[in-house]
Amino acid sequence: MATRAQFETNVMQHLDAAFNLARWLARNDADAQDVVQEAALRAFRYYGGFRGGDARVWLLAIVRNTFYSLHASNAATITESYDEALHERADERTPDPEALALRSSDAKQVRAALERLPSEYREVLALREFEECSYKEIASITGLKIGTVMSRLARARERLAAELTGAEVTP
Amino acid sequence: MNCTEARALLHAYLDDELDAARSAEIAQHLSACAECMARYRTLEKLQQSLRVPRLRHAAPPALAARIRAHLPDDAPARIQRRMWQWPALSAALAASLLIAVAIAGWQAVQLRAHGTDALVTEAVSDHVRSLLASHLIDVRSSDQHTVKPWFDGRLDFSPQVKDLGAQGFELIGGRLDVLGDERVAALVYKRHLHMINLFQWPANGASSEEPKEQSRNGYHAIFWREGGMQFLAVSDTADLNAFVQDFRAAAALGSEPR
Repeated sequence: MATRAQFETNVMQHLDAAFNLARWLARNDADAQDVVQEAALRAFRYYGGFRGGDARVWLLAIVRNTFYSLHASNAATITESYDEALHERADERTPDPEALALRSSDAKQVRAALERLPSEYREVLALREFEECSYKEIASITGLKIGTVMSRLARARERLAAELTGAEVTP
Repeated sequence: MNCTEARALLHAYLDDELDAARSAEIAQHLSACAECMARYRTLEKLQQSLRVPRLRHAAPPALAARIRAHLPDDAPARIQRRMWQWPALSAALAASLLIAVAIAGWQAVQLRAHGTDALVTEAVSDHVRSLLASHLIDVRSSDQHTVKPWFDGRLDFSPQVKDLGAQGFELIGGRLDVLGDERVAALVYKRHLHMINLFQWPANGASSEEPKEQSRNGYHAIFWREGGMQFLAVSDTADLNAFVQDFRAAAALGSEPR
């Protein structure tokens, strides 16, 4: 049976990771805090069913589910907001390395570009680049297959590079 | 390895997800192909531009305190006992708790096979905790075409969602719940001031059953099974029979109106 002490040791230590994912998904502090709070309460509630393994991955999966269930309108648009096959071509172009070098050195521009991506791209990038999750970990957090994680990450990066170098980038 | 193959694996190479043999092949290709190398450098640069501490959001210090203040004191098993002692226990919460007790009681009857005591305990505490986290409704919508797709992908079955507004039962929303070991869909309807919970889950081969009503602590519970699904409606409204009739009638009319 879960105790608060165990929960503190195993779960609460991953609060930064939880908040980072929620913040990139929600794109504002207030919503991200609500998501993490709700997720933590759910995690506590389900903690009895947690059978060891990586508590961080487990918590991040709950954070992600909580975000999509609290923001149901977002969840409903996931499948409609983009079509991987459709975007494949557009994202294939090679970004201009100089423009990329210029803009990617500016964290503000990178953040803005990242926030313009659809949530399914933001989440894989946040998990890979900020939390340094492996493909396998990302797969278990998102419920995607490893192959899908790899291709989504590839498209997410291409889209990000395009956002950073494209004309639509606003200062 | 040619350029097409190399490019397909470039991200996995960057992320150190390839086995040694594949990594060596890519490295060899990159050293020989300036174009792929340039592409790889670009990806590397992009990754470096993301991996800066400024872009990772750290949890605000107040957040941990806020969460700790909301966590129940200890093991979930003790929560339900404490619940009753809370002076601020709202009428709605108490009502929902009774609904949970009614459901748990019903489940105990339905699943008389094994460990019913444990099942009752689990169903009750699960429900109470879901309410603690203000989690009565996951998807709030009066539109069946919003509620139904929401469940898809969250459950391995597709629940029936019917708009009964014309019959005086307003659809409020839905949520995921767990009863026993089953993940179930819960639809929430409202009749005047009364809430109705309609739980649905697969019948797993059990044969159809006509609706049967039970009462517990002033709550009505109606269970029936048809079309490969089982249903359990719970409410304090005396109109629960009418609700079940209307729901079944709507379900019988075209299975998936769009």
